Amino acid sequence: MTVKVTTTVNGKPVSGDVEPNTLLVHFVRENLGLTGTHVGCDTSQCGACTVHLDGQPVKACTMLAVQAEGHQVTTIEGIGQPGNLHPMQAAFQENHGLQCGFCTPGMIMAGIGIADRAKGTTLSEETIRIELEGNICRCTGYHNIVKSIAAGARDM
Amino acid sequence: MTAETGIGARVRRKEDVRFITGRGRYTDDINRPGQLHAVFARSSHAHARIGSLDISAAEASPGVVAVLTGADLAADGIGSLPCGWMIHSRDGSPMKQPPHPALAQGIVRYVGEPYAVVIGETRSAAQAGADLLDPDFQDLPANVDTASAQSAAPIHDGIANNLCYDWVLGDESATDAAFASAAHVVELDIINNRLIPNAIETRAALGDYDPGTDVLTLFTTSQNPHLARLVLSAFVGLAPEHKLRVVSPDVGGGFGSKIFIYAEETVCGWASKRLRRPVKWTADRSEAFLNDAHGRDHVSKARLALDATGRFLGLKVSTIANLGAYMSTFSSSIPTYLYGTLLAGQYTTPAIFVEVKSVFTNTTPVDAYRGAGRPEATFLLERIVETAARQLGMDPAELRRLNMIPKDAFPYQTPVALVYDTGDYQACLDKALALADYAGFPARRAEAKARGRLRGIGLSCYIEACGLAPSRLAGQLGAGVGLYESAEIRVNPTGNVTIFTGTHSHGQGHETTFAQVVSSRLGIGLDQIEVVHGDTAQGQFGMGTYGSRSLAVGGSALMKASDKIVTKGRKIAAYMLESEPEDIDFDDGVFRVRGTNKTKTFGEIAFAAYVPHHYPLEELEPGLQETAFYDPENFTYPAGAYVCEVEVDPETGATRIVKFTAVDDFGQVINPMIVEGQVHGGIAQGIGQAMLEACRYDSESGQLLSGSMMDYAMPRADDLVNFDLDVVRTDCTHNPLGAKGCGEAGAIGSPPAVINAITDAIGVRTLDMPATPLKVWTALQAGTAATKRS
Repeated sequence: MTVKVTTTVNGKPVSGDVEPNTLLVHFVRENLGLTGTHVGCDTSQCGACTVHLDGQPVKACTMLAVQAEGHQVTTIEGIGQPGNLHPMQAAFQENHGLQCGFCTPGMIMAGIGIADRAKGTTLSEETIRIELEGNICRCTGYHNIVKSIAAGARDM
Repeated sequence: MTAETGIGARVRRKEDVRFITGRGRYTDDINRPGQLHAVFARSSHAHARIGSLDISAAEASPGVVAVLTGADLAADGIGSLPCGWMIHSRDGSPMKQPPHPALAQGIVRYVGEPYAVVIGETRSAAQAGADLLDPDFQDLPANVDTASAQSAAPIHDGIANNLCYDWVLGDESATDAAFASAAHVVELDIINNRLIPNAIETRAALGDYDPGTDVLTLFTTSQNPHLARLVLSAFVGLAPEHKLRVVSPDVGGGFGSKIFIYAEETVCGWASKRLRRPVKWTADRSEAFLNDAHGRDHVSKARLALDATGRFLGLKVSTIANLGAYMSTFSSSIPTYLYGTLLAGQYTTPAIFVEVKSVFTNTTPVDAYRGAGRPEATFLLERIVETAARQLGMDPAELRRLNMIPKDAFPYQTPVALVYDTGDYQACLDKALALADYAGFPARRAEAKARGRLRGIGLSCYIEACGLAPSRLAGQLGAGVGLYESAEIRVNPTGNVTIFTGTHSHGQGHETTFAQVVSSRLGIGLDQIEVVHGDTAQGQFGMGTYGSRSLAVGGSALMKASDKIVTKGRKIAAYMLESEPEDIDFDDGVFRVRGTNKTKTFGEIAFAAYVPHHYPLEELEPGLQETAFYDPENFTYPAGAYVCEVEVDPETGATRIVKFTAVDDFGQVINPMIVEGQVHGGIAQGIGQAMLEACRYDSESGQLLSGSMMDYAMPRADDLVNFDLDVVRTDCTHNPLGAKGCGEAGAIGSPPAVINAITDAIGVRTLDMPATPLKVWTALQAGTAATKRS
């Protein structure tokens, strides 16, 4: 049995037939071919699948595709393109906030959320570290990710 | 023209744009028309006989295309997964290498071992089929414990005491004599905790067989695709080498765990040939925990002999190393030639003897993980040196300085086989102590005490052998293959170049670093250079990336190839400018007849090489494309000094790192920004080992208890601090770049610095990793109780 999901992804209306238990991350990757959103764990620990739902960061492995019905989903492909980067994307490149790049889309989406929540205040390094608790990077030791998010927040 | 982007420049990475915009192309991102999905049936028992296996229900499950078992694998002649490094025991006998079939045949030997594969039209159909497999497992005695493995029930037929080999290195009688004459002897039992690599991208494989051409393309998450093709062709028998193409696209971290030849890629390739359809498998994280090669797992006894002034006289080490249930691709070399040979460290200890017994247990195979053997050696040595300083009442920095190999003593022959070419260990230590404000520590400790906190400081001076490997030496040490590296530079007719390297980038930034090397050499811009790796159909050959070899070995091959390009360019320029090649200078992208204003640019030479008019074809071949193979003479020897400062809450045992300082000598650095990033990541993994990460098996059932990120504490951003880094530079003396390699340093240097700091803070002699709050609190209570008793 499949069900039809209709939602808006990166500003475009999309729909697809999925098994009812299909996770949003699999809908995005497999039905829509948007492979920038990654799967890194089975337990909602790593945050590699972070996307925005109505502007808020969520882990796309923690909700069903059908729960996105009628909502606005934004993936890494929807925030900026080569030649027209989002300030948070640019900050990750400028500050060497990535190595293998696998956790990076999730980190950038989480970083934008951190910056949005801190609007009007100065983001401390400690705050960024605490708010990044839902995302794991195995390459960078977070040193440059923390710098990247601070810089991206300043530029947003 | 290239000064801002050449060697030594902090260039932003060329590869980043695709990663930050979600356009990276990892194995799981690739799909093929008609693709099937593989789900592996894995053992739920640590050691069991498969009494019977009825696959009929799984075969009949909707959407299931095939169910394949170890018997099918054997019937098709798919061979055992080999270990490529032969080790001999002290009596000269070769190591015992049991067969390692990609799907278990008759007996399973660890929890997670695959015994069948179910292939379905969808992943969920395959999973539903796999859920119907219910083999009659008849339990056999299981052991997961390293220390007692030799007295446990046998795991493989004909292998007594579960002992793979009993290896020794060094002069035992000289070492015993050193102990007989010693004023002080320091003894320490040391466990190096087992780790799970956890690259954030799990392993994946997609076999895509084309019956029309008989070519099998295998997309897989490999750190060394050429070696994978060689092993899968020559040893496993998957396909002839010219009919097998291995592609490792973007790979999301490896840390060693993606060097090896695993069951799953073998099975996906085999199944694709058998079923004549593409077959894909992507591990979930639980499979990664169960089945990716684990790291470390040593149990050691160490003894250090010192004279009355604190000079080291001898070191004697006895280690039991866990190999897991089967030998992985390089596993035998890790506790031997990558461990025992590093036990001299930075010190002049004249006599060293090490014995290593490598044992089989009912656990996942153990192989190289970031640093591979060298972290184990450094942890042991730097823990016993620290313990010695406390036992003798000496300052740990002074004891180290007293025993360090002086900077004018290179090249330095250690008693454990290696010849260090260059270094300045005192300078690293001095710089690290200054940067960490070591002198100001007592005041900080007092201030912390006033707040009710225990503050400690710990040092670690590490050395590693990188740049694997000098082929001649590797062969003498048992490697099945030489370990040179290759490069090819194709200059395109319009003057830009495509570089093919046999190394593989899975986060190290080769596309930028290698372009910087060639940009400096050929005088062309970074945007005129494309670096290609990870596809056996494109590059000529290579040995992949591990052991911090890519720049020292692969970069040196690129230098050789660049020089060949310039040499041929001179010939072409000489012809065009009516001169002689030896009269042509080449600098910053311009060929010039010496002493004249007659010039040709690199682009003009390239164009002339491919579309020649009036070209002397009988003397000069068209084209401008060169290959080079570089085989190093020696390992490279990065070294450094790390200082960790911690604060412990005595009420809870919770420990915070408050300052971490690292001073490293990597020789010539191509891109300081990338190098710093490598050090950051290495330190984080080392701190993870020291404070958080523990792979645990249940001693009775052999079940993996830390089987997900819910149970295995991965370092998160708020577990760490910003690291203070600096460098000392002594160039490698034997490769053309002077580069030593930086990828593993952080993971090697940091664990002993952390544990030395915590034991300093809480005043205990031993503390096993990971130093969790419970362990620290328990040690504190025991120490307090002991103090009260005395």
